[in-house]
Amino acid sequence: MNPLLFNNFNAGIDFATGLFNDLTLGYATQWKSHHPERRTIGYMPIYIPREIFHSHHMLPVGLFGAGDRIPVVRGDAFFQSYICHIPRTVIECALNGSYNHFDGYIFPAICDVIRNLSGIFRINFKDKYIKYLDFPQNFSPDIGGNFYRTELENLSGDLGKLNGTDSKVESLNAAITLYNINRRLLRELDGFRSENPHLVSAAEYYLIRRAGSTLSVEDDNRFLQSMTDLARSIKKEPEDKIRVVVSGAFCEQPPLGLIKTIENAGCYIVDDDFQLGQKWLTRDIPDDTDDPMGALVDAYLNDSIHSSAVFEGTRPKGELLAKQVKDRQADGVIFCAPSFCDPALLDRPLLENAIDKHHIRHSGFQYHENLGQFHVIKEQAGTFADMIKLWE
Amino acid sequence: MGVQKETSMIKQKQMLAEHFMELATAKESGKKVVYTFVPGNLSELIYTFDMLPVYPEINSLQSGMRKKSGDYIRDAEDMGYSEDVCSYVKCDIGMMLQGNIGPTGQKLPDPDLLLLSYTGCFVFMKWFENLKQFYPNSEIAMLHIPYQEAGIIEPYAVQYIKDQLEREVIPKMEKLSGKTFNEAKLKRKLELSAQAEDLLIDVFDSARHRPSPIDAYFGGVYYIGPIFTAFRGSQDCVDYYQELKKEVDYRVRHKLGPVTPDGVLTQEKARLVVEGPPNWTHFRNFWKIFYDLGAVFVGSTYTRVGGVYDEGFRHSPDDPLGSLATYCLGCYTNRNLPQRIDLLESFITKYHADGLLVNSIKSCNSFSAGQLVMMRELEQKLGIPVGFIETDLVDPRYYSYSNIKNRLDSFFQMLEQRQSVRISDEILSDDVLA
Repeated sequence: MNPLLFNNFNAGIDFATGLFNDLTLGYATQWKSHHPERRTIGYMPIYIPREIFHSHHMLPVGLFGAGDRIPVVRGDAFFQSYICHIPRTVIECALNGSYNHFDGYIFPAICDVIRNLSGIFRINFKDKYIKYLDFPQNFSPDIGGNFYRTELENLSGDLGKLNGTDSKVESLNAAITLYNINRRLLRELDGFRSENPHLVSAAEYYLIRRAGSTLSVEDDNRFLQSMTDLARSIKKEPEDKIRVVVSGAFCEQPPLGLIKTIENAGCYIVDDDFQLGQKWLTRDIPDDTDDPMGALVDAYLNDSIHSSAVFEGTRPKGELLAKQVKDRQADGVIFCAPSFCDPALLDRPLLENAIDKHHIRHSGFQYHENLGQFHVIKEQAGTFADMIKLWE
Repeated sequence: MGVQKETSMIKQKQMLAEHFMELATAKESGKKVVYTFVPGNLSELIYTFDMLPVYPEINSLQSGMRKKSGDYIRDAEDMGYSEDVCSYVKCDIGMMLQGNIGPTGQKLPDPDLLLLSYTGCFVFMKWFENLKQFYPNSEIAMLHIPYQEAGIIEPYAVQYIKDQLEREVIPKMEKLSGKTFNEAKLKRKLELSAQAEDLLIDVFDSARHRPSPIDAYFGGVYYIGPIFTAFRGSQDCVDYYQELKKEVDYRVRHKLGPVTPDGVLTQEKARLVVEGPPNWTHFRNFWKIFYDLGAVFVGSTYTRVGGVYDEGFRHSPDDPLGSLATYCLGCYTNRNLPQRIDLLESFITKYHADGLLVNSIKSCNSFSAGQLVMMRELEQKLGIPVGFIETDLVDPRYYSYSNIKNRLDSFFQMLEQRQSVRISDEILSDDVLA
């Protein structure tokens, strides 16, 4: 396994596409096989502190379902028709053996469905470690911070029992260093891509990021550096498209076809919340303290990105979205949320009201991860783009 | 025909009328108004500061029963709320847009405080984030209740809730009400809560008798009214449950079945336990399907959504804030799926049920996600017939009488066929009272 330094951009995209299409997550199996201490842990969106897993010699692997790439045979027997789609393909993959190599699963506290999915896994996969990771909705260090610290310490203790390791200060600081580099590289590519959306398509950028949900952080850092360097050498002329921010797709992911459709319809996606967990923390975490767990807690409390899964408190999400639009010099927002996604869909009217006050244009539609027909969305996104180009 | 009124029902109606009158005149009387939720509600604490609670879920369900929810929901959807999301939220927002007229025809006061007791339902958080924009002058206090992910109440979770109460929620209440927190007053209220909780459990446990003197679902939603909403911690609440218990004891002594809208159920043909909230828009019609068939619900999980008292928990003056924290953590939808299965199993065995029915609510992922697994687990473990229907809380578009009836007909056929293989006695508890 020595990926990740490519001679040309398309080869890197092919590699990322291969990872994306491998529903058995073969990379993780290979990674695990290299040392008997290694473990792999699947985690649901949005965010987990991956540093802790790394410090226990574990690979955290993001589980985003299987999109439109497998028929759902058994997964539908677990959920009523009015529940979102991602848990169906996740349970399908777990039942069909694709996830057999995982030693455990983490279910972050983001909604009632993911919460109850943790119970379904607890019942159906009794031999695996199952953890519903609660995040504080109180952001005072001595209240929510204390609670979150205990959650993380318990998590770390549980992980240690899986392979007999301790998370030492040095190993956790080393993991923080690696993930700081990862976040920095991602921010760099994000900035470059937002300024030059004509050079790297939204779908390509999506695949590059998606690789980071599977690869080890060491491999992903090499991959991101390589792809950023290659992207800078691409020569293409910009097209006459508007610039949009996409909001609402932080958990169940849109099919690649939908992402391509939005851009093909005349909208460069210059920012989005796809796979939001990767850019959850907006600043580096101190990596030289004698209390790295405390540093992770502080980072969550103080440097988290805005999200539908987090109580907005004194940080109104609508204003933050408006700022995001301004910072990215976007022309508008496309609200693109999965059907039956309570957090995203209940945020939408609130966010719309907020950005209306800033005279920011918006359009919106719903999808599910295995959507196969995009012509209606293409027409809607195309009309939105035309409206802005012709009348603004 | 209206529901036959018993003394307890009349008392509850009077209590509600007085409460809504107090709310209607809150601005004149200077009483502060707290909007909050039923699961994890802190009514004792709210009343300690002489403030008045309003429960948006209750407003929504009452709008559903009064056939107003359809219009309210459409108004909210016109504002951009998706068809896919919780109909309670949309109904509440629609009601607010149309003047926030409560069930007694009086306008409900705007909130002074949105007490976001985030217990067992993620949507609560989104609900009040949305309400906050409609009531920009109200304070908002978040009380985050961690989920019982491991199936136990962790001491650090209790401490987290106590910390939030002590350092954030109570100071906000003090500031708003202009009153200092009076712990002795809270303790007295908690003593009264415990008394009411004892009586409520006596009422629920009367379903061990055959015939059951209560319907623990359709009747149960009336029985939980005072304790789940505005009255827990009051003498009125204790008085209500004493009266209710008297009525239930009378029915036990005379081997009477539960009171239905069409009179006392005279022949108990099937005893059921139900998982999930009822439909409110066609409540009578829904209930009638069951009592026409002689089916009575002897246990229900919905009546534990505002607190589970079956396993011995009682509010306690010994550690007031710890007691409130433990109460919040124990509410039904804050329990993990294995715990919910265990509770259902205990109802099925304790109340000698013939079958389990799941009413899967389109609007409520907190209840609904995982129900199919719960059904299968209980079916396999207990070998009982399991029925499954789908309705919604207050969106009338999702109540299809014919679909429900068809499914229930099949379920009842299955129950009849399985009468000879009812749960074997050895796995039933000993205290079933014939």
